[in-house]
Amino acid sequence: MRAYLDHAATTPLLECARDAMVGALAHTGNASSLHTAGRLARRRLEEAREAIAGSLGVAPSEVIFTAGGTEADNLAVKGLWWGRTAADSGRRRVLASRIEHHAVLDPVHWLGEHEGAEVVWLDVDGEGRVDADQVAEELRTAPGRTALVSVMWANNEVGTVQPIEAIAQACAEADVPLHVDGVQAVGSIPVACDLPTTLAISAHKLGGPMGVGALVARRAAPLAPLSHGGGQERQVRSGTADVPAIAGFAAAVEHVLDDLALRAPRLVDLRDMLVEGVLAIAPDAVVNGAMGGPEVRLPGNAHVSFPGCEGDALLMLLDAAGVDVSTGSACTAGVPEPSHVLLAMGIDPILARSSVRMTLGHSSTPAEVEALLSALPAALDRARRAGQVRIDARLAASVRAEG
Amino acid sequence: MRVLAAMSGGVDSAVAAARAVAAGHEVTGVHLALSRNPASYRSGARGCCTIEDSRDAWRAADVLGIPFYVWDMSEEFAAEVVDDFLAEYAGGRTPNPCLRCNERIKFAAVLDRARALGFDAVCTGHYARLVDGPAGRELHRAGDVAKDQSYVLGVLDAEQLAGCLFPLGESTKAAVRAEAAALGLSVAAKPDSHDICFIPSGDTAGFLRSRLGEAPGAVVDATTGEVLGQHHGAFAYTVGQRRGVGLGRPASDGARRYVVDVDVASRRVLVGPQAMLETRVLQASRARWSNQPLVGSASLGVQIRAHGEEVPAVVDAAADGQGFLARLTDPLRGVAPGQSAVLYDGTRVVGSGTIVRGAA
Repeated sequence: MRAYLDHAATTPLLECARDAMVGALAHTGNASSLHTAGRLARRRLEEAREAIAGSLGVAPSEVIFTAGGTEADNLAVKGLWWGRTAADSGRRRVLASRIEHHAVLDPVHWLGEHEGAEVVWLDVDGEGRVDADQVAEELRTAPGRTALVSVMWANNEVGTVQPIEAIAQACAEADVPLHVDGVQAVGSIPVACDLPTTLAISAHKLGGPMGVGALVARRAAPLAPLSHGGGQERQVRSGTADVPAIAGFAAAVEHVLDDLALRAPRLVDLRDMLVEGVLAIAPDAVVNGAMGGPEVRLPGNAHVSFPGCEGDALLMLLDAAGVDVSTGSACTAGVPEPSHVLLAMGIDPILARSSVRMTLGHSSTPAEVEALLSALPAALDRARRAGQVRIDARLAASVRAEG
Repeated sequence: MRVLAAMSGGVDSAVAAARAVAAGHEVTGVHLALSRNPASYRSGARGCCTIEDSRDAWRAADVLGIPFYVWDMSEEFAAEVVDDFLAEYAGGRTPNPCLRCNERIKFAAVLDRARALGFDAVCTGHYARLVDGPAGRELHRAGDVAKDQSYVLGVLDAEQLAGCLFPLGESTKAAVRAEAAALGLSVAAKPDSHDICFIPSGDTAGFLRSRLGEAPGAVVDATTGEVLGQHHGAFAYTVGQRRGVGLGRPASDGARRYVVDVDVASRRVLVGPQAMLETRVLQASRARWSNQPLVGSASLGVQIRAHGEEVPAVVDAAADGQGFLARLTDPLRGVAPGQSAVLYDGTRVVGSGTIVRGAA
């Protein structure tokens, strides 16, 4: 048996989602066509939209389908920037947290480099939490000059839940749109989807298919379109709707949100069992982020640094032992960098590179956690030895350089 | 065995990994990232560590059905190979960074890490043979002499050779390509890499100038002492070099002139006729023995370049085993300090040393 402990990367497709997709694949029809086949496709599309909107507590017209979370984040960040600056060229500030996913981080950087945005990076505390007072303060210091604020609902690496309610209130008072990356949160914890101006969701993070997501956007959100064409999705996101994927997305959303109240506490217990087991094996290990219930941390998230080990080595050894985990950090040409999230939390770069992220989800079982705990001691032993080899080699090299 | 296959993205290492899998080993593929900056030496299509190469290695591992990881060896590579390369040139010597990389990175940093992680051997696509003889493991020339790469492995000691696996040692390149095609590996027809991987442009002189700065000096006639011209940096010249000496006028006797000596301290590049390049005696330091250290004197073959010819010599080991003196039966031309002299007994590699100086 293999243990899959990387639900933050993607989750197994739910059976109900697969059934919905297979059913929809049997039909022909472009949802934009006027004839019967088109009307039937449009009906399936709009039923899916209504189902998702109903589960999320928003209006169907507020759901804009995209090809995934990254596109939804790009549409929000760049679309709000262009929409806002077109209406008022004096609004050039963009506030974003330092711990955003690259799908937000990189568009914000890009706006700074290519569009003259004045980017204000919001700091986090040692547990990876944005300070809502800092957001309010930044909005007050430059009244009328901020184009948008972007803060994720919960972090994808360490699972810390952000004070979105307070941030949304500060933004509302300053009349500044707030984008929230809800990719990790929606389906894992209760999310007030009507709170932010825009909210990004991804289907495959909650048991749906890859390649589809949505931006939940208030009707008044000043969104400029990024892809022009047939004018689908409120003229904001042109392109023929992927009806089978959207049908699977809708089935998954309905299922996980119905199930949330039962699943979240179950995953908290399973995660706590995992963390306690890991700490019993490695007493020197450090748990990153805030520990606690779904109000402070994503239920399925465990993120641990193992001093003296490299996360890459642990990942490889656990993989060989049948356990899938992640280092949680982005790769540049396959070369792992220390995570920007951990660095923003003030964690030492060497400790940051010694981290492993283990995330649970709808299909997780105690047996999978036990598989991790039984593979971990041998993996840690070898990873520590490999870490020592590198330290020894550096010492030897510096001695040679001095000699 | 648990085998770590170093996969460069080329056809040789891919087929080597495939053969390790076929031999029943538990194989994990690893691509070594030797630079953290994709815009510097990870660009260009001809080097051995581009992003495309990493992808090719990844695809080959997928086809073989083995796990694949990228190992970041950039710090070690910069410190042990690139810095050493620059320091050697700055000192007027001519290093071979591939030997250095094998000695300090592939079969040291990587092998040590692999062993710590529970692997028994590092597998590469080098064309060389390992033979388990009565006195331990021996390194031999490849079955295909035209493709033989034992020279660049001549720096490995017994401890390192014990952790090596070279599955291509008996094969020809054509056979390896055919095997790759039969396995469905997309790299079957990929061209070989030739350049120094961290200088993808192939412009070594330009790389040295950009990293070491300009240090102008005189080009001097080694026989007459006459100043013949100026240069931008003595480190860009290698003994035996003819092109790029930058002389506006030919020698008085009309003969071609070659770099015969590089004196970094006085910034002088000495040029002279071909006859001045002839070397009959090589002194080498920093000896590395493949198996048993050479003791006393022996008649051996000496090779001083990766694709150079082996010449017969009488070799005397230094009393401390740290170096040797090779008296060549026939002279070699263009021997530069810093080059590695690899010693052969028949097809067996005895060891190697770094040339300190040559003499007529």
